[in-house]
Amino acid sequence: MNTQGKVFKYPDNVDTDVIIPARHLNTPDAQELAQHCMEDIDADYVRKVRPGDVMVAGWNFGCGSSREHAPLVIKTCGTGCVIAKSFARIFYRNAINIGLPILECEAAAQEIEAGDEVSVDFDTGVITDVTTGKTYQAQPFPPFIQNIIRCGGLLNSLKEGVRHE
Amino acid sequence: MGMTMTQKILAAHAGLDHVEAGQLISAKLDIVLGNDITTPVAVNEFKKAGFDSVFDKDRVAIVLDHFVPNKDIKAAEQSKTCREFACAHCVSHFYDVGKMGIEHALLPEQGVVTAGDCIIGADSHTCTYGALGAFSTGVGSTDMAAGMATGMAWFKVPSAIRFHLTGKLPPSCSGKDVILTIIGKIGVDGALYKSMEFTGEGVRTLSMDDRLCICNMAIEAGAKNGVFPVDEVTLAYLKGRSEREPVVYAADEDAVYEKTIDVDLSAIVPTVACPHLPENTRPASALHDVRIDQVVIGSCTNGRLEDMEAAYTILKGRQIAPGVRCIIIPGTMQILRECVERSWYTAFIDAGAVVSTPTCGPCLGGYMGILAAGERCVATTNRNFVGRMGHVKSEVYLASPHTAAASALAGYITEYREG
Repeated sequence: MNTQGKVFKYPDNVDTDVIIPARHLNTPDAQELAQHCMEDIDADYVRKVRPGDVMVAGWNFGCGSSREHAPLVIKTCGTGCVIAKSFARIFYRNAINIGLPILECEAAAQEIEAGDEVSVDFDTGVITDVTTGKTYQAQPFPPFIQNIIRCGGLLNSLKEGVRHE
Repeated sequence: MGMTMTQKILAAHAGLDHVEAGQLISAKLDIVLGNDITTPVAVNEFKKAGFDSVFDKDRVAIVLDHFVPNKDIKAAEQSKTCREFACAHCVSHFYDVGKMGIEHALLPEQGVVTAGDCIIGADSHTCTYGALGAFSTGVGSTDMAAGMATGMAWFKVPSAIRFHLTGKLPPSCSGKDVILTIIGKIGVDGALYKSMEFTGEGVRTLSMDDRLCICNMAIEAGAKNGVFPVDEVTLAYLKGRSEREPVVYAADEDAVYEKTIDVDLSAIVPTVACPHLPENTRPASALHDVRIDQVVIGSCTNGRLEDMEAAYTILKGRQIAPGVRCIIIPGTMQILRECVERSWYTAFIDAGAVVSTPTCGPCLGGYMGILAAGERCVATTNRNFVGRMGHVKSEVYLASPHTAAASALAGYITEYREG
């Protein structure tokens, strides 16, 4: 699995309230919610993002509320991957559970610039900045989590587990 | 190697004698919680995955609290989804309008959660129940769906930071000032992925409402959970309330902590978190030049009886400053009823405040007190992110009920002074 696209860069502590403001949480519909992705921090994101594009951010990405709507809107509007220096724990868990690829890599998050073309190999954790030619090694997921992703999310992995018992 | 209190609870629920930080485990759940925002997403996932029953109808709690009484048609549809699911699966802890409260004020009050429990909730402030000596953490809707179906959840066993409490809080301060001070010190990711374990002789001086408030905001430091040891205060609170027998766990003598931070409660001062992060803390006394438009006293952080009492003590017989809207939201119907019976409700109205039925409402910018561009609010809520309570150019200052009520009277941010 991999993705390639243009980089959108964000600062430290991007919270789930700016990823998807609570005023829009009166629907569980992913397509409808995705129209408001990043609205309060980058009103142009939804208009500019193309399938496969990559979000790059600082420390503690996705802090705040447990709303699964946050990784869901990022995924639904076509974002291929999020790279950050660190992720807030509920966001991290939710991203895995719904199948949004995310990678922690301090050096990549520091050096990659907005607008760069970046490719990411999720199996190896290798991040390549095509614009600068530089590569970065992120920690790939542990096998337990790889299995959840391979099955297409937590619930599918549970069903797989039941089948094997 | 000894285990922390959190690790002891997790080991017991995973059926293991010993766990250590970093270990992946599958643990049995005592309670799985959701609200009117997160449950509809979980219901979709539950159905999509083809599950047809919940693991235990008495171990699932669904609380309609964020946008109820329904703020609009879409919110009404979400409540309806929750109601139909609860009915179809005979969920015994389903709380609708008239019976509901803000989930993290309600579940401890009703005795649904207790000491020794392992709890997940599709709400980030589920960490509140650590105050009772439980392991309790926030998750997303998919985890809630899986938890409802299987009664199990996977966890990475956390390491812990120990907060060693000494002394006693001054009368102008409460649990809110303690947790804001700690977040100001360690930052919004200062406890990322970790437990915050509160210990020391200062613990016994803190009321249960203080402890619930402190654990509630553990997530604001990035923590997986916050937890207090079980003592006489806990057992007195649980007595006659807890539906199930409390189980007492204590950290091993030789438990390993990443670090220990000493907190002298007697040195805590009224503290305010300035926009736009809970870590931007300043003493309230340094913010007298900040004029305000609104005050909110309520939320899962500070909508409990002691919070209402603080507001009453400060507001009774006085007047809210001209130009300030003061909104008071008791956390549960029982707390609202107490406010009525003790005539606090009348005192609030006489002071010029409004009182709402329980709701998360303004805390997350839902309704019941949304801010316009340029407006400032002192709130006893838990987050002051950009746009959290309304317009992206509005500002939220987080404070204790004492500071919020005193500020409502002054028209600017100020600390409470007795007398």
